[in-house]
Amino acid sequence: MTESNTIQATVQSIIDALKDKPGALLPILHGVQDTLGYVPSDSVPAIAKALQLSRAEVHGVISFYHYFRDTPPGKHTIHLCRAESCQAMGGKDLEKHVKERLGIDYHETTADGKFSLEPVYCLGNCACSPAIQIDKEVYGRVSADSFETIINESEALA
Amino acid sequence: MSFTIYVPCDSSAISLGANRIATAIANEAAKRNISITIIRNGSRGLFWLEPLVEVLTSAGRIAYGPVQVSDVTSLFDAKFYEGGDHLLALGLTEELEYLKKQDRLTFARIGKTDPVSLEDYINNEGYKGLTHALNQTQADIVKAVTDSGLRGRGGAAFPTGIKWNTVLNTPSEQKYIICNADEGDSGTFSDRMVMEGDPFVLIEGMTIAGIAVGATQGYIYLRVEYPHAHIALNTAIQKAYEAGYLGDDIQGSGKAFHLEVRLGAGAYVCGEETSLMESLEGKRGLVRFKPPLPAISGLFGKPTVVNNVISLASVPIILDKGGDYYRDFGMGRSRGTLPLQLAGNIKRTGLVEVAFGMTLRELLYDFGGGSASGRPIKAVQVGGPLGAYLPESQFDTPLDYEAFAANWTVLGHGGVVAFDDTANMAELARYNMEFCAVESCGKCTPCRIGSTRGYEVMDEIIAGQALDKNIPLLRDLCNTLLNGSLCALGGMTPYPVLSALNHFPKDFGIDDQANTAV
Repeated sequence: MTESNTIQATVQSIIDALKDKPGALLPILHGVQDTLGYVPSDSVPAIAKALQLSRAEVHGVISFYHYFRDTPPGKHTIHLCRAESCQAMGGKDLEKHVKERLGIDYHETTADGKFSLEPVYCLGNCACSPAIQIDKEVYGRVSADSFETIINESEALA
Repeated sequence: MSFTIYVPCDSSAISLGANRIATAIANEAAKRNISITIIRNGSRGLFWLEPLVEVLTSAGRIAYGPVQVSDVTSLFDAKFYEGGDHLLALGLTEELEYLKKQDRLTFARIGKTDPVSLEDYINNEGYKGLTHALNQTQADIVKAVTDSGLRGRGGAAFPTGIKWNTVLNTPSEQKYIICNADEGDSGTFSDRMVMEGDPFVLIEGMTIAGIAVGATQGYIYLRVEYPHAHIALNTAIQKAYEAGYLGDDIQGSGKAFHLEVRLGAGAYVCGEETSLMESLEGKRGLVRFKPPLPAISGLFGKPTVVNNVISLASVPIILDKGGDYYRDFGMGRSRGTLPLQLAGNIKRTGLVEVAFGMTLRELLYDFGGGSASGRPIKAVQVGGPLGAYLPESQFDTPLDYEAFAANWTVLGHGGVVAFDDTANMAELARYNMEFCAVESCGKCTPCRIGSTRGYEVMDEIIAGQALDKNIPLLRDLCNTLLNGSLCALGGMTPYPVLSALNHFPKDFGIDDQANTAV
């Protein structure tokens, strides 16, 4: 089976499991992104067909939500909080440092494919600002130094 | 003899190393042949002391914090598991001034119990509200909530009882309860703490709401940025089903209520109730026109209660102790308590649940201890990214919906973010416009396009270009947003922008005299 066929089969099994829920589109998109790391654009026709929507409607939903992505992410995704509380505690300096350290801007992935960088508007960790999230782990009171330790640990896990 | 040690599982505590500390404590205890039980409790909300480790002694629970992995050996040397003295020892947790001065009603259990233990929940007053509700008529339940004076804690402060009453009196085969758990405001984390630290209280509140208005299906619309809350809620929901607290026959009453968590996908605007319902229906989160009100035609066109996490989590204590009990806290038309969240540049950040009426200054200095940097606090943004910045001259405003509204400020969801004197308010105003541009759903032109024009104008103002033209232009733009947007995103972005301009004109390159108020 080709890689594309495997992806289609995975997507179809997620669709089959969730399509009868009321308002099934977001649960399906989450299911696909949780499994594949992104929502491939060639999965759109199958999702649209199952939910009796147009492809444009499905595409419109994917593009509306910041969380859904249509390209594969790096091995780890770093979400860096840009919101006010983090700004009050040096978030902008951290943002600058992270971008320089990784050599990428928001919505980009490092050349070695290890890290993707995404902005986030609040992680609810405002009592421990500035905050970042790597994959599902949240880190608080992050400094340039502690960021180094954190990503070295993540790289070691990679 | 076995010792009981508490290490929080709250995601903020984890973000500071709580998981590693729990492991280190377990390993050290095994090495020393000491029998311990580690309970992963919710956070007490004293975040400057997190990770806060507690041990159970005959005198009560004794706190140690902030604990780092490197402290674990010396804690064992000091026999902390028996309450031994140590540099990090803080004494009895319940006697800590920060906690003792609070009125913890909604947060009564949080930090004390194992969040996903139904047994713990029931042993600590849990499900007493539901038991009372099951013996009352629907109208009486709604009346108790109305009598309590509870107003929507998400920010809009609409009376919860009136909303419930509308849904109760709108006949329909199917009705819904939605919990708005899309807590996107910067500086807020009280919803997260409830969902991670006491998920059963939210489940109980939603169940009571369902019984009260005749809804059999509930959805918790949870933001995807809260993975720990997601796990805690799903675990608790499963246990509630197993114990007959959810399902087709709740505790043998013949009444049904089902509950499911649905994840958002990183759109701030989906915290707006109509946009949230569009999202739950599987669509782009575009704001709907009102009327019809969601209480009459909401999710899938059916009568729907949409309440914030804190509103729903306050319902069990109201049903348990009565509307009067809750109403006796507070001032004016703001009844009960508000869980305030102290964040940003503050020395003692944390969760402060108090009756309405305390001043902002007391919160910032008596609780917060002033800025974390030790520099003067220049401005405080209350109520999230759509809330105004308050200068020092407004710090004596009491925390009360009406007192804030009178200042053209908002209390919102109770988030308080402090900035020291290094903050540039023009840069922040630019950020507020940019945030609106990033998060606008695009339905209303003033919000969709005006926000982009807004940060472009702010770029020129920050560069000092044509201020005599650009400042009036910014005001004009804010006026258009304020009056020409359907929801609070476009309609309230002018609050932070104009308050920054009005109170801190120097940061915009103009002097006080040249600046005219709104």
